[in-house]
Amino acid sequence: MFVSTDSDPQGTRRDFLYVATAATGAVAGGAAVWPLINQMNPSADVTALSSIEVDISGIEPGTQLTVKFLGKPVFIRRRTDDEIKAARDLDISTLRDGESRNANIEGDASDVNRAMDETGEWLVMIGVCTHLGCVPLGDAGDFGGWFCPCHGSHYDTSGRIRKGPAPENLAIPLTSFIDENTIKLG
Amino acid sequence: MAGIPHDHYEPKTGFEKWLHTRLPVVALMYDTLMLPTPKNLNWMWIWGIVLTFCLVLQIITGIVLAMHYTPHVSMAFDSVEHIMRNVNGGWALRYIHANGASLFFLAVYIHIFRGLYYGSYKAPREITWIIGMLIYLAMMATGFLGYVLPWGQMSFWGATVITGLFGAIPGIGPIIQEWLLGGPAVDNATLNRFFSLHYLIPFVIVGLVAVHIWAFHTTGNNNPTGVEVRRKSKAEANKDTVPFWPYFVVKDLFALVLILVIFFVFVGFMPNYLGHPDNYVPANPLVTPPHIVPEWYYLPFYAILRAITFDVLFLNAKFLGVLMMFGSIGVMALVPWLDTSPVRSGRYRPAFKWFFLVLVIDFIVLMWCGSRPAEGLVPLISLIGAIYWFGYFLVILPVLGFVEKTNAVPETIEADFDAHYPPKKD
Repeated sequence: MFVSTDSDPQGTRRDFLYVATAATGAVAGGAAVWPLINQMNPSADVTALSSIEVDISGIEPGTQLTVKFLGKPVFIRRRTDDEIKAARDLDISTLRDGESRNANIEGDASDVNRAMDETGEWLVMIGVCTHLGCVPLGDAGDFGGWFCPCHGSHYDTSGRIRKGPAPENLAIPLTSFIDENTIKLG
Repeated sequence: MAGIPHDHYEPKTGFEKWLHTRLPVVALMYDTLMLPTPKNLNWMWIWGIVLTFCLVLQIITGIVLAMHYTPHVSMAFDSVEHIMRNVNGGWALRYIHANGASLFFLAVYIHIFRGLYYGSYKAPREITWIIGMLIYLAMMATGFLGYVLPWGQMSFWGATVITGLFGAIPGIGPIIQEWLLGGPAVDNATLNRFFSLHYLIPFVIVGLVAVHIWAFHTTGNNNPTGVEVRRKSKAEANKDTVPFWPYFVVKDLFALVLILVIFFVFVGFMPNYLGHPDNYVPANPLVTPPHIVPEWYYLPFYAILRAITFDVLFLNAKFLGVLMMFGSIGVMALVPWLDTSPVRSGRYRPAFKWFFLVLVIDFIVLMWCGSRPAEGLVPLISLIGAIYWFGYFLVILPVLGFVEKTNAVPETIEADFDAHYPPKKD
């Protein structure tokens, strides 16, 4: 870009000054732009991770409780025996997403890796469609699980994607039992 | 200014000369207004003025609405209702602003399809076309950001779905999405920044419009024949053109008046006809409305987004849908280099006419698909529509230029004009 009138192939003092000035300018520019970009990242109060405890004593089999956690809905479903059986009888090799998507258990997408307890009675998931973030409806869709009304993604009774545009199974947040009537999220 | 030879401003009085040597602003206005304009422009050439009017209308109504609106999740919905019920004439301002966006997009679509039919994108007007596409993208961004502000159910879920598009980018998508939202989900930080950007981008559009006008004032307007104005001499150019002022200004303002009559029928008698009742329900992060639909002007591209329900190679359906949606505008932006025909105007291209007609129908069918739930035949029809859209730009236009037998193009604009309106003998 800048050609010295001096034919010295080693470069001149002026070449050095051009490069040094450009480099300083680039660093200063970056230093000025970064705070302007970074201010849009989540603020301290938003990133301050919290956890909540949820009373689940009132949830009957076949129903679900929806709570708001970190700005998103979380489904806490107490499944019926039929729902558990449907979820566990499936050949998992047919699934679009073979991962458990469970913050508590890594592994394949078998229902055992997704349910909260061994019997499979409790299923806790972030109620956000993995397509574009709508909230799926419960007891709906072709597989008796969840159905996203926005773009027609069908999830089964284990919250696994079975049909439609969504790429992943519904995500499962960090969860644990405090006692038999209380679940801790986060 | 380069281009068609024409009269230039000559400062006459002492003050004019004094001003002209310091700031030649009158000369700039004179050259802009007295631009030699092809005298055969038809009624499809009025939309530029309509669009300019819309931009000014939206900025003025927007500035006064911002005097009463509060961009906070707990107050946004109520402040919009406050505008509707308490602010003097607030209902009119808001309905004009909301329906003004619809008029803006109606005009821009007709303007774009006008350009596509008459080959206005072809050399030497590629820059005008590209700037126009940038304006269109900025309009879409502004419209989306503005739709979020009333903080109704459609606002909230529209924001969730559209920012989710960025989350679909493999790898860095979720980081970008969180950065855009300012948190894990759409919330107050999102509303606040959307308000800021909704106020900013229209002024960026003003700048782009100035460059758009500058570009086609440099090349001269296209016209229905696609034949260039003769520019060897002023006498020759005068046979093909008339000055923009007063001839086209009066014509365009007449058209604008008629359009505004229809516009105010909407504003006065059916102001919510193009809206969604769900947006009069305050935003609720726990309940998605049963059927999320964007405003009518996004529907064709929304249909393309939803048309992809299958993975292709390593690309999943979600990301592919997003790529297709942005790509459908991308291929349109590249049309100056995709259309290989030596004939500019579609008027003299018998085969092109049919493919173009199908493109217009395709656009309307996609719009219908986007408004329907993604059930039954809708995804299939959307997919076929998306394939035609891409096929038109990527296959039909490049191939047609080589195989089509075009009709005879008139020698000059004057010859075509005289054929339609024979000169009176006196």
